Amino acid sequence: MAFAAFGSSPAKEHKSSTKSSKIVLALLLPGLVYLGLFFFTPLMSLVITSLEVPAASYAPGAYEYGFAWENYVEAFTTYLPQILRSFFYATVATVIALLISYPLAYFIGVKLRPRPMLQRLMLVLVIAPFFISFLLRTIAWKQIFSDGGAIMQTVYSLGLMDRSQHFLGTDAAVIFGLTYNFIPFMTLPLFTTLERFDVRLLEAGSDLYASPARVFRKVTLPLSMPGIISGTLLVFIPIAGDYVNAGQNFLGSSKTTMIGNVVEFTFLQNQNYPLASSLSVMLMAVIVALIGLYVRSSGTEDLL
Amino acid sequence: MAIDFTPTGADLELKNVRKDFPGFTALEDMDLHIPAGEFFALLGPSGCGKTTTLRIVAGLEEPTAGQVLIGGKDVTASKPHERPVNTVFQSYALFPHMTILENVAFGLRQRKIDEPLKKAMDALNLVELGYAAERRPQQLSGGQQQRVALARALVNRPALLLLDEPLGALDLKLRRQMQIELKAIQMEVGLTFLHVTHDQEEAMDMADTVAVMNKGHIEQMGAPEALYERPKTAFVSKFLGQSNLFVGSIAESNKESLSIEVGGHKITVPKNRAEKHTGKICIGVRPEKTTFHRTAPKLGSDHVVVGPGEIIDIRFTGVSNQYLIAIPNVGDVTVFAQNVGISPVIELGEKVWVSWKVEHSFGLSDLPAGNEDE
Amino acid sequence: MKRLTLGKLTLPAYSFLAMAFMLIPIVYTIVFSFNDSKQRTNTTWQGFTFDKWLGVCKNPDVCQALGNSIFIGVVSTLIATVLGTALAIGLVRYRFKARALVNLALFLPMATPEVVLGAGLAGLFFNAGVGAGMTTVIIAHVVFCLSFVVVTVKARVQTLDPVLEEAGRDLYANPSQVFWKITFPLLLPGIFSAALLSFSLSFDDFIITYFNSGSVETFPKYVYVLAAKGVPAEANVIASGVFIAAILIVLISQINGAIKRKRMLGK
Repeated sequence: MAFAAFGSSPAKEHKSSTKSSKIVLALLLPGLVYLGLFFFTPLMSLVITSLEVPAASYAPGAYEYGFAWENYVEAFTTYLPQILRSFFYATVATVIALLISYPLAYFIGVKLRPRPMLQRLMLVLVIAPFFISFLLRTIAWKQIFSDGGAIMQTVYSLGLMDRSQHFLGTDAAVIFGLTYNFIPFMTLPLFTTLERFDVRLLEAGSDLYASPARVFRKVTLPLSMPGIISGTLLVFIPIAGDYVNAGQNFLGSSKTTMIGNVVEFTFLQNQNYPLASSLSVMLMAVIVALIGLYVRSSGTEDLL
Repeated sequence: MAIDFTPTGADLELKNVRKDFPGFTALEDMDLHIPAGEFFALLGPSGCGKTTTLRIVAGLEEPTAGQVLIGGKDVTASKPHERPVNTVFQSYALFPHMTILENVAFGLRQRKIDEPLKKAMDALNLVELGYAAERRPQQLSGGQQQRVALARALVNRPALLLLDEPLGALDLKLRRQMQIELKAIQMEVGLTFLHVTHDQEEAMDMADTVAVMNKGHIEQMGAPEALYERPKTAFVSKFLGQSNLFVGSIAESNKESLSIEVGGHKITVPKNRAEKHTGKICIGVRPEKTTFHRTAPKLGSDHVVVGPGEIIDIRFTGVSNQYLIAIPNVGDVTVFAQNVGISPVIELGEKVWVSWKVEHSFGLSDLPAGNEDE
Repeated sequence: MKRLTLGKLTLPAYSFLAMAFMLIPIVYTIVFSFNDSKQRTNTTWQGFTFDKWLGVCKNPDVCQALGNSIFIGVVSTLIATVLGTALAIGLVRYRFKARALVNLALFLPMATPEVVLGAGLAGLFFNAGVGAGMTTVIIAHVVFCLSFVVVTVKARVQTLDPVLEEAGRDLYANPSQVFWKITFPLLLPGIFSAALLSFSLSFDDFIITYFNSGSVETFPKYVYVLAAKGVPAEANVIASGVFIAAILIVLISQINGAIKRKRMLGK
């Protein structure tokens, strides 16, 4: 959806032809088979693994097939704090990303229309963070906000925070990192929608005696809804599953662990596959539910 | 399947062709025969199925039922690249990533013909675009692109050339010029041309035979003059030129003619120019065949007279004056009077009679919409 | 609108501030790639030097990881681009009944959190008895790149007028010739963007790679592991290099497109 902004210039679209033949199969089958094998099968394998029970030997990492639904209960209850925290972070980060991205997308998509070269330049700048390693971006912030760094020193000397307090390792730091990393993902879909926005509707609104605020609420906002929704989906979901930002070596601490962190250490370190899988399945279920709601209201054509 | 590229055109036959799309039927019972070497026009309003017919002949669509025969061979199952047919598309469809020389040479290369570039250059010279051979299509004007599309099709000497409203986007002067060129090329090379258009003047001017299509079938087919002077259906009478139509039940009938009574007037048509001889019929006459009179004319039974009526509209079109006369109980009648240099002799509101020769009447096989209450 | 002069400035001002904010870590990373850090860490500024750029492979681990990332990126991009282009063409050009389902199936990988996909694939490979390594990483990368390729190429296919392909067929080209001589050249810009996107996603991927690469070291993995102790400046050099290369490619293609358009309108 959003990446289409870079695929081509906005030109007229042509309807698909009605020829259905073996060619369709030849084109679609390889890709779909690949996904079937390496996307859907892993998901199913997650479900199966989530129901496994420890093997008789109780060796670490050894499990057998079973129907241990209690794994889910255990995962849910043990890690409820992380689950709630993840969705809390995701919600806050998404909202802030939306608030930050919307004016930016509006500026580029609407105000810069008379200057296409500048528009393209700004777009490149928006996605520029994308091209530098995600990890290094986050490390950069970590070093910028480190206690010995210029910013924190200034904050301390101004008395805004006590020297025993830190920025790094707090919920705020993690949310900050998450928001930063996903702003491009919010801006692009918003831009795509706002770029097609007919500005004459705004003129019509003010011609009909509406104040700028009202015009925004009643005209601009509803019409930019598709972009807002796809941006929200594109941002909320990966954030919920992220673990780098919240990791101790980055912006987080042991008090900011998210579902992703839990899955990581239960899977890779504790080798507790059923637990890791049940958490993953639960996360996936929420996401599928969200997507399901979206598809029900808007169909699937705009997804891709 | 080897393609036979005959040096002259091949004939085209459509037998009982039907094309259904989900939700509607585009073509129903299409029967068509175009003799080899003929310039044939398929004329009709948008949505009548003429483009679908063209695409079926080209092989870009498959008919739901029926057969397509080119030069006597059944090509219904053949793919487009297997048919000796080329199309000049409405949007020209020039390949933007090739020079126009390469565009024209494309078909030749595919068929592995010798010296494709030289032959392509000859074709470009024929349409007077040799100097632009190295340019890209986007750098040419609409008229130039049109000519490249034509060259690209012609250079392959197809047995049958299909033209899908090729002159639509050109201005009047250029269109006239292209019409003359197209006709000249067709006659010189002897190809069979199937030209699809909604412009009746163009069809009548260029074609040997015109078929008028409406809603998926051919309403009438024949030489342009025959079609014009003797339309057989209400649609044809209105689509091809203008007509005055009068509806009534047959009042009199003798060996040579039929008459209906409309608003107290007797309107007569010769039997050999009437499609229907019983019941309620529609008789029409072309406006340029009528004249008006300031006083009630005294004419014989070989004329039809209606009136008096009031002139309610006068239009000056340069070549002629068009008068609209409202005759009570009859309707509005249009009269075209050629502008022979005499200053306007009549004015709005004046009372006139309209007359024409019976031999110019034509009788339709159906009734105009809104009259079918038999 | 004259009375809103101050208001008129706020949006542009805000936007430029926002852009500047977005660029802070990038600038920081690039600046610190010139840091003359004597130790292996790179946290405090010690002086300006080109040394790290010139001798980037003096630190062998970094270059090994870089080499692996490039290799994985190229191979997975190739596979994803071929599969994805075919899917995009099929989706746009043909009408078929399972359309909604295919759209959904292609969307899900983009929406799936990396932990879920990473863990799932790791489990799959484990159960199939396939050891984690180069092959598994490449397979995993193709999975998440595929949908992005489809989206990008699909946008391009939609701008391609089908009548051009019909003209090709009318001019005696069989379906294979129509594809290679007409469709493919015209789709190339879109395929190229898709390949670039796929490569960047693959190169920068961490989570899925971490779960599925075994002992194969990639650049993001290298950085992650060292994040605790301190990432050496060489890593900054590489990241900056990749960044500059990517930006240049994008800018060049944009300028190229603009020049082409001007040329066409000019004549």
